[in-house]
Amino acid sequence: MGISEFFQHLMNGLTLGGIYALIALGYTMVYGILKFINFAHGDILMVGAYIGLFVFDGLRGDAPLGTWTFVSFFIAMLVSMVSCGLLGMAIERIAYKPLRKATRLAPLLSAIGVSFILSNSAAWVFGTQSRKLNYPFDNTPISFGGVVITPHQILILVVSVIMMVTLKLFVDRTRMGKAMRATSLDQDTAMLMGINVNKVISMTFAIGSALAAVGGILIALDYKVYPTMGTMTGLKAFVAAVVGGIGNISGAMFGGILLGLLETFGVAVFGIPTGLKDTIAFGVLILILLIKPEGLFGKVEKEKV
Amino acid sequence: MILLETEALTRAYGGVVAVSKVDFQVEAGLITGLIGPNGAGKTTLFNNMTGLDVPSSGKVFFNNKDITGFPAHKICRMGIARTFQNIRLFKELSVVENVMIGRHFKTGKDATHGRFLNALKSYVYLKQEEQEIYEAADNWLDFFDMSQFKNELAKNLPYGRQRELEIARALATDPKLLFLDEPAAGMNPQETDHLMATIRKIRDLGITVVLIEHDMKLVMNICDTITVLNYGMKLAQGTPREIKHNPSVIEAYLGKEEE
Amino acid sequence: MFNFFLLILIYSGIYALMAIGQNVITGYGGMLSLCQAGFFAIGSYATAILATQFGWSFWATLPVAALLSAVFGLLIGLPTLRLKGDYLAIATLGFGEIVRNVLNNWDSLTNGPMGIQKIPMPDLFGFTINPYRKYAFLVMIIIFVIIAYYLFQRLARSRMGRALTAVREDEIAAQSMGINITKYKVYAFVLGAAVAGIAGSLQAVFSLSVTPGTYTFMVSVMVLCMVVLGGMGNFKAAILGAFIIQLISYFPQLTGLSSVIPPQFKQILFGLILVVMMIWRPQGLLGREEHTYGKKHAQKRGSK
Repeated sequence: MGISEFFQHLMNGLTLGGIYALIALGYTMVYGILKFINFAHGDILMVGAYIGLFVFDGLRGDAPLGTWTFVSFFIAMLVSMVSCGLLGMAIERIAYKPLRKATRLAPLLSAIGVSFILSNSAAWVFGTQSRKLNYPFDNTPISFGGVVITPHQILILVVSVIMMVTLKLFVDRTRMGKAMRATSLDQDTAMLMGINVNKVISMTFAIGSALAAVGGILIALDYKVYPTMGTMTGLKAFVAAVVGGIGNISGAMFGGILLGLLETFGVAVFGIPTGLKDTIAFGVLILILLIKPEGLFGKVEKEKV
Repeated sequence: MILLETEALTRAYGGVVAVSKVDFQVEAGLITGLIGPNGAGKTTLFNNMTGLDVPSSGKVFFNNKDITGFPAHKICRMGIARTFQNIRLFKELSVVENVMIGRHFKTGKDATHGRFLNALKSYVYLKQEEQEIYEAADNWLDFFDMSQFKNELAKNLPYGRQRELEIARALATDPKLLFLDEPAAGMNPQETDHLMATIRKIRDLGITVVLIEHDMKLVMNICDTITVLNYGMKLAQGTPREIKHNPSVIEAYLGKEEE
Repeated sequence: MFNFFLLILIYSGIYALMAIGQNVITGYGGMLSLCQAGFFAIGSYATAILATQFGWSFWATLPVAALLSAVFGLLIGLPTLRLKGDYLAIATLGFGEIVRNVLNNWDSLTNGPMGIQKIPMPDLFGFTINPYRKYAFLVMIIIFVIIAYYLFQRLARSRMGRALTAVREDEIAAQSMGINITKYKVYAFVLGAAVAGIAGSLQAVFSLSVTPGTYTFMVSVMVLCMVVLGGMGNFKAAILGAFIIQLISYFPQLTGLSSVIPPQFKQILFGLILVVMMIWRPQGLLGREEHTYGKKHAQKRGSK
């Protein structure tokens, strides 16, 4: 493999990984605070992609590619983020909040239910055919010394880096971020310290869902929009979160990028058939759970006796 | 005769050494107390002797057999039972079912040459096995005077009764050695008195008892011998009388007197 | 119409077997497994392949189907059961998808997405159990369900069932009571897989063809729904749940409203059932089965 080919795969892996990372953040933040896997997260991504698609098409009309299409794309992304944030908060309020004191299985089962409701409602309302989200810009690849990069990939990199840096700053530097970290360590104590835990949890769902919406739109540009698009992508993002150490925000970012690279290089270099590409993620999951179940950056949690 | 013994048992979590080179002996037939300030490593020592935790170094011997690192269920089957500081009952099961679980390995393959497989074959065997388990469990409930609660859910029992049920469940495994982790925690004085009588009764059945306890009245009254831990290390060992007058123990509990 | 009701009963029976398996794993063992569809598929394909390519009779393929599913239950169970519950759900979900992926791609054995057709009908003492004449088939299914119910009910009421419940309630306390927790979790998994494999085998000789499209994640969620709706930890409830869920599935056809009701209706309803049951009735319609002990004993003592 030549140097330029290597950089080509690296670029493809990084962009795929960036999207996984954005989605993985939602899993990891919710797990960090509520200690359960939000199965519906992948379907929120799908809803985000649909909203983005409709808003973008509506704003754009017949306009040719240009500044306006670019602006309307970002408006569509913003609308989608806000709507998904609200959707995430609503789901938490209706389907998970009443179960906080219930058995461990209850929220998990409820989340599977929500996931089913979302994906099948989408199939009902929007139909099962897949739709195309058009590029808001001319997506002609640009060549940098043999490495071919599409403007779409640049967009993915720029957007995901901005999102992740903002999130990291938010969690590390703001009052709300501190409240989130406190809540994830000990909900009861956080409550006693005057933190509005309900608000923190709502906020966590809102942020996670908004990031999923971005991930959904970015992935839709390459892979089309359809009701079950969130299932596989969601699962892979979950694997990314586990690899990084679930509950750990930087870990989720790293895990997403690692998984993106593994998938790209797995197919390109190690000759894994494209049909079995999806199996790579599960292989990685089983492997990491066996060798280092707490993930690369996770902490070992031992039940106190 | 020494029934259980640890040899330089150490347990470190990262850089924090919870138990450090502790030599702990349990004499058969006696009630041994394990005391020390909070965080002295008492429960960690219990966990390392009962298989819920694995020592970083050092050994545990039971009946002169090295049991270091054995899984918890094997250690239980060898004759060591325990209770927990924060009660761990099977909350959604009835009182008698909790105790019946203690009889789990007393029938079946180990004890009755594959009767479990027979149970699949014949309704009669299954019934007979269940009857045996039930009766043994019921006897232990009688011992604690709890038969009237047998079909209540464990979580609905009053707190003191839950502690007793946990002991009953441990006793149902027919242990030679019983570890009690703060059995009197949360009990009122009457309940504690009753508990003291019960622990003596258990010893009189020939079961060796080791208990962690903060209630000094209970410890000084019923223990035949006491070991004191402080900062993960063994500070002293002796009869209640010796311990009461040991200057380093007094210092650990009350702090050094300034001159 | 009546014929259609028989069809629903037959499917209820096949799914009841899977629900019984799920109940052992989730209701008694407290483990969330999402791959009953995978075990179902393995059972179906075992019967389909052995019957069409090797000419085995249905009755000979049945134990192989059960055993093969059980082996896969063991293979997926051993590495993953040491994990916390949430991870298990994802790992089993992944396993179910991998099974379907393999069935779709292993053309030489499974004939890929086309599936396997012309599976011979089961034969008993010279009498062919023809799925097109549904009575005989229904009777066979009912017998299977009764046997499975009886065996599993008995297992649940033995020390094994109690040990499994103890593991569900508190793993640390259970191991301190001498229970080998890994062993019992694996038992539950293997038994749950085996009975799903038998269900798969029956499914193969009922539809007389198998295609990978039958064994989707939706099937696993349906089975889960049956157990949740009926009541976890109760085998009667699992069977009741299977019947209700099948009735819901075929409600549009049954009422002749299939042109009005969207095809996603049942899936949305399954999702709603999961959420609503968890919030308002987590114990399910019938609730967990409870045993009362010592009635007879108490009388005996009273007469003394």
